[in-house]
Amino acid sequence: MSNKPKFAMYWAASCGGCEIAVLNIHEKILDVDANFDVVFWPVAMDAKYKDVEEMEDKSILLTLFNGSMRNDENEKIAHLMRRKSQILVSFGSCATEGCVPGLANLFPVNEIMDVAFHTVTTDNPNNILPQTSFEVPEGTLHLPTMNSRVKTLAQVVDVDYYMPGCPPESHQIAAVVDLVIQVLQGKAQLPPKGSVIGAGNSTVCDECPRARNVKMIKAFHRIQEVAPLDPTLCILEQGVPCNGPATRSGCNARCPRVGAQCIGCYGPAEGVLDYGARLVTAFASVVDAKEPAEIESILDGIPDPTGQFYRFNLADSLMRASTSNWKKNGH
Amino acid sequence: MSEQFEPVIVGFTCNWCSYRAADTAGTARVKYAPNVRLIRLMCSGRLDPTFVMKALAGGADGVLITGCHPGDCHYIEQNYKALRRFLLLRRTLAGLGVEPGRIKLIWASAAEGLKLAHEINQFVEEVRALGPLNWPKWNDQPAEIDAVKEVA
Ligand code: SF4
Ligand code: SF4
Ligand code: SF4
Repeated sequence: MSNKPKFAMYWAASCGGCEIAVLNIHEKILDVDANFDVVFWPVAMDAKYKDVEEMEDKSILLTLFNGSMRNDENEKIAHLMRRKSQILVSFGSCATEGCVPGLANLFPVNEIMDVAFHTVTTDNPNNILPQTSFEVPEGTLHLPTMNSRVKTLAQVVDVDYYMPGCPPESHQIAAVVDLVIQVLQGKAQLPPKGSVIGAGNSTVCDECPRARNVKMIKAFHRIQEVAPLDPTLCILEQGVPCNGPATRSGCNARCPRVGAQCIGCYGPAEGVLDYGARLVTAFASVVDAKEPAEIESILDGIPDPTGQFYRFNLADSLMRASTSNWKKNGH
Repeated sequence: MSEQFEPVIVGFTCNWCSYRAADTAGTARVKYAPNVRLIRLMCSGRLDPTFVMKALAGGADGVLITGCHPGDCHYIEQNYKALRRFLLLRRTLAGLGVEPGRIKLIWASAAEGLKLAHEINQFVEEVRALGPLNWPKWNDQPAEIDAVKEVA
């Protein structure tokens, strides 16, 4: 065993995209290998939870933890990695704010199970459902139990740094890897605990090259309904919902640059307490009407404001879940 | 003895008109329900939807927003801004299961103490009819349920 600092990466309720983003740092990954001993990384190497349990506490220098807290296994490993790591990074939107899995907080868990196992697209004539424990001749088998709601990593354990993005941009990951290596070599210092790393301090709008003219609109449209968009003007001011005004900078306005609206994957900008509330203000400010009836008819153009404003952030919002979730599940 | 549910309502009022209207109502000894805790803003246009969410998530059963009549805003157009925010916020909260009837926008000039008192009383009754909201305190350690078993 070498005495290089130890590195780990874990996925809880995640899609795998965050892992791909790390591999996407190309030859920088060799720096990770040169400077760290990779001791636990389920997507890249074979390792068992038991191996991690046997490590000394705080023996892993850096753990990148992606994925949200969907079930009790996710939480158990969150506690384990917290105990074993000196630096625990909440990596990506799922870990940091719940991301798309967090939208499950709009429904009770049993409804989610119904959709997954009982709807017409599922061939399940005997209504077989996953059981959390099952007797076999060799003993009892256990499956993780779903939480009543999706939580963020920081709602379960203490987190040192947050790295937003779905997934974080590879150039930002490379910069963070560089920083940690410089810290190891005594050439740089870590930012204060609790900092957001690998991102900017302003909004996507600030990095967006499109011109804003404080133009008000008479209707909202879906992006495919307004082809072609003017490539030089603000997308929101062309009537297409764009979440840039509330979203943290760091991606270099990747989506608006190529003609797509920002859907908000970098999460709330610095100082924004509730992401959706900030977007309510931003969207309301472009509506060109004074009469309630006309305003309402313009707002009809945003058929699902809750989904539009909380696609990534519901689990970390002030409200966190809908009544249909917590009234049914308890909380 | 069955006790009547007393809703907790947070009211955000504009300094220039409705806060004074509430004041007028108070000085004229017009009674309005004690359920409303008024918070004074310089203008209804200052109303950040975050305040409303904080109030509801923090235990309020309803939120009242008051501003000057359209056209009468001390800062010219800000109350229209409040109206647009209010309408979009109400839709957003509906998606989270908050009944639209729990949030109300009332216009009242400084002279309309009586009207404001009447509308407040009416709103209190409307929220009372909806019952408690009781939004969970998320800081508490959540008691997880074995949901999969419950389904099975
Ligand atoms: S943040 Fe995005 S890319 Fe990363 S695991 Fe979640 S869904 Fe996948
Ligand atoms: S709203 Fe969207 S398109 Fe407009 S400036 Fe902001 S990021 Fe760019
Ligand atoms: S523009 Fe918005 S959605 Fe696109 S990568 Fe950036 S933050 Fe994410």
